[in-house]
Amino acid sequence: MARILPQTKSSAVNPLKSSQPLGAAFAFLGVDGAMPLFHGSQGCTSFALVLFVRHFKEAIPLQTTAMDEVTTILGGADNLEEAILNLKVRTKPKLIGICTTALVETRGEDCARDIADIKLKRAEEIAGTEIVLANTPDFDGAIEQGWAKAVTAMIEGITRPGEQVRQSKKIAILPGWNLTVADIEHLREMVESFGLEPVIVPDLSGSLDGTVPDRWVTTTYGGTSVEDIRELGTAEHCVAIGEHMRRPAEVLQKLTGVPYVLFQSLTGLKSADRFVSLLSEISGASVPAGVRRRRAQLQDALLDGHFHFGGKKIAIAAEPDQLYQLATFFTGMGSEIAAAVATTDMSKILEKVPAESVQIGDLGDLETLAASADLLVTHSHGRQAAQRLGIPLMRVGFPTFDRLGSQHKLTILYQGTRDLVFEVANIFQAYRQAPTPEELDPLRKRETPDGPRSSPLTRH
Amino acid sequence: MSSLSAKIQDVFNEPACDKNRGKDAKARKEGCSKPLTPGAAAGGCAFDGAKIVLQPITDVAHLVHAPLACEGNSWDNRGAASSGATLWRTSFTTDLSELDVVMGQGERKLFKAIREIKKAYAPPAIFVYSTCVTALIGDDIEAVCKRAAEKFGLAVVPVNSPGLAGSKNLGNKLASEALLDHVIGTVEPDDAGPHDVNILGEFNLSGEFWLVKPLLDRLGIRVRACMPGDARYLDVASAHRARAAMMVCSTALINLARKMEERWDIPFFEGSFYGITDTSEALRNIAELLVKKGADPEILDRTETLIAEEEAIAWKKLDAYRRRLQGKRVLLNTGGVKSWSVVHALMEIGMEIVGTSVKKSTVEDKERIKQLLKDDNHMFEQMAPRELYAMLSEHKADIMLSGGRTQFIALKAKTPWLDINQERQHPYAGYDGMVELVRQIDLAIHNPIWRQVREPAPWDCQSAMKDEPPSTTSETATVHALKKFAGMTADDFGEC
Repeated sequence: MARILPQTKSSAVNPLKSSQPLGAAFAFLGVDGAMPLFHGSQGCTSFALVLFVRHFKEAIPLQTTAMDEVTTILGGADNLEEAILNLKVRTKPKLIGICTTALVETRGEDCARDIADIKLKRAEEIAGTEIVLANTPDFDGAIEQGWAKAVTAMIEGITRPGEQVRQSKKIAILPGWNLTVADIEHLREMVESFGLEPVIVPDLSGSLDGTVPDRWVTTTYGGTSVEDIRELGTAEHCVAIGEHMRRPAEVLQKLTGVPYVLFQSLTGLKSADRFVSLLSEISGASVPAGVRRRRAQLQDALLDGHFHFGGKKIAIAAEPDQLYQLATFFTGMGSEIAAAVATTDMSKILEKVPAESVQIGDLGDLETLAASADLLVTHSHGRQAAQRLGIPLMRVGFPTFDRLGSQHKLTILYQGTRDLVFEVANIFQAYRQAPTPEELDPLRKRETPDGPRSSPLTRH
Repeated sequence: MSSLSAKIQDVFNEPACDKNRGKDAKARKEGCSKPLTPGAAAGGCAFDGAKIVLQPITDVAHLVHAPLACEGNSWDNRGAASSGATLWRTSFTTDLSELDVVMGQGERKLFKAIREIKKAYAPPAIFVYSTCVTALIGDDIEAVCKRAAEKFGLAVVPVNSPGLAGSKNLGNKLASEALLDHVIGTVEPDDAGPHDVNILGEFNLSGEFWLVKPLLDRLGIRVRACMPGDARYLDVASAHRARAAMMVCSTALINLARKMEERWDIPFFEGSFYGITDTSEALRNIAELLVKKGADPEILDRTETLIAEEEAIAWKKLDAYRRRLQGKRVLLNTGGVKSWSVVHALMEIGMEIVGTSVKKSTVEDKERIKQLLKDDNHMFEQMAPRELYAMLSEHKADIMLSGGRTQFIALKAKTPWLDINQERQHPYAGYDGMVELVRQIDLAIHNPIWRQVREPAPWDCQSAMKDEPPSTTSETATVHALKKFAGMTADDFGEC
């Protein structure tokens, strides 16, 4: 069990986190016709917007209640109402997803009541648009919490409650934020290959997969439909992916009785096997030939790839579930987790991370802990640390702003695990250094009693 | 926040601002930032604006006193370049937790954070930024900075520009105030000379000031401080000994330029390094101001010689693009044309300006543009994304030059686009920069992808395939299609 080390510095150095409201907006972006709305000052929205755009290379719908000094003193209810009405008129969204920020939460605004009032007072004007609220102050949590809160809010606010007639083929899937567009597309195909009908909430593969629509759309285009969220209670089963999706799955179960299975990760042969077995069990169908073929390809990738992983020290900094997903992947290939840094201490999954300890912290911590590592694994902001340490950086998660196509990288099930094996092995091969007589000199080596780690023989 | 309110009133009352001069006392007091519309607002906050202006000072540790979002969502996101120190790219924030906010531990955490940074990085100065939440809970960053400066023996500069105070532009000005109050004039240089100038509002994006600085070097003009691009703390602290100043981005730092003139008698002019004629004009103005302040007048001749040489080279290089770009239509959609002289140069090589946004342009700018375009129908205040998309979809322009905010409107409308704002990848300043801009325009317009992305999929324009009733599609359609396609190359598909 990993020890969880709390943050002790007063100054975060090179933040690892993106903010909680950004995580909530991320989830709302996976719904068709959605418009996320930050309740805060215009800068809160502007920063998140720029970061999303840098990551996805897409226009991102995101609006602000534009709180200023006066409204901060008087209260933000009027701004909230005005923003909702303006959005309704200008963009005709099917969903307005409100994410609170530190500003209004510090003020102690009762946004739930404000929204209830607005819904009552403006019922006619806002008919046809769902309005849900995620309480996401920036001084708490990070992407994971924001994402989970938004999904929970959508289920609580939109899904029809009560036991309903179940459709035996329908599977509700609640993916964590760390699944890419490609992951979600792949997941859908996998589930469909068993004759099942997946409903994925949220579904970024419909909205942020990078296409060229034939008209200008101001909300999201594609993603889960509001109607599908309403009808979640008719699913036979629910699959949640990532520990942070436990709460939304529980809420769905409580509300509608739909039972859930939680996968903490879908990466790695064993997790994929478990998932595929579940699909086979639910559907009563045998595993299709194509899936068996993918499994064999992964087996072969493990065989070809493991040479590059054995004995390698990996330093990872990520949100808790992604940290677990990647750390188990690397240890499953024979590597060692030399440093594990997580954004927040709020997830139970951290104890299960296969590392001695997990530091709650930032990329400054990662840089300190990774001094003897062979590979850095984190988002694009790790580039400065990687450069200073002189070790390669594998970019994962959000934000990835200095590489194209991160949303199309597959990371789950047989095929995604296979791709990850190749990606890492290729990074190591690209960074291989030619041996030199000085490095290999056995006598020189004895002078620096650094243990086996410093041996160039084990170096990539 | 009373001192902050006073500061805001002060910067709103900017006598050197054209727009302000036209207002009566009451209108001036109301300030120049229009109230934002909730649900229909865009742009950064005052904190954003302050950070933009100060963060490129490269050897300073910039510490943001805030919950995570203000810094965590925005660090290392601008392309200013440094010729030395890299500390400015390391991000520091107090990352306030709920407990910090509820228990009122903000000031203590800030003080400790300053100590940690001083110990680990020993920078010449730490700039501390206040934000919405820390302003709201009443953290007194000025007091904390003062105490920390005394205790740790380094400059600790409070930057009081919380996001809720207003727009990005206001933040730019509040940042200038912080420099005036706490930095400029605190160090006496031992090498002040008659050819020392300040360049204000130059951000050195993509290193573009390095396209200009060698020209000044050649003339024997020393840049005392370029603010903020590639600046060191000591340059800024001793900037009050320059003899003259050029103000590059007027809306941002006009209060800085004017107050430096008042306090230290440093005359300034407003100029631009974008475009050929503007670059020449800027060099000329710098030399003239220096002469007025006592420099040897022989510098004027040397400047003219350099201008003549450089202009000839640049125009010759540009002329090579005339054949390729003649008649191409440009839509300029940026916060005010960066410089009318860019427009001038583009027109000089035969390009046509089909529209330009004048949202941030001064009256004078508008007049120049009007004269240049001979038709003010081409000027617009601001265009809604939908209109812009429609205009570009109908191919009413061959390229749009704008900032990242409208990038995807152009790209989704399958129109060439070039970034001329802060995220841009290429340096555009000076004579060589203008040539580079034109080269990039040429590359963008003539990229072979445009033909590919604009063509519909072949099956969407084969009427034989389209008209086939769905029940009989499979075999017959395939045979027809195969026959039709025989002997065609990929390029032919574009003709339908």
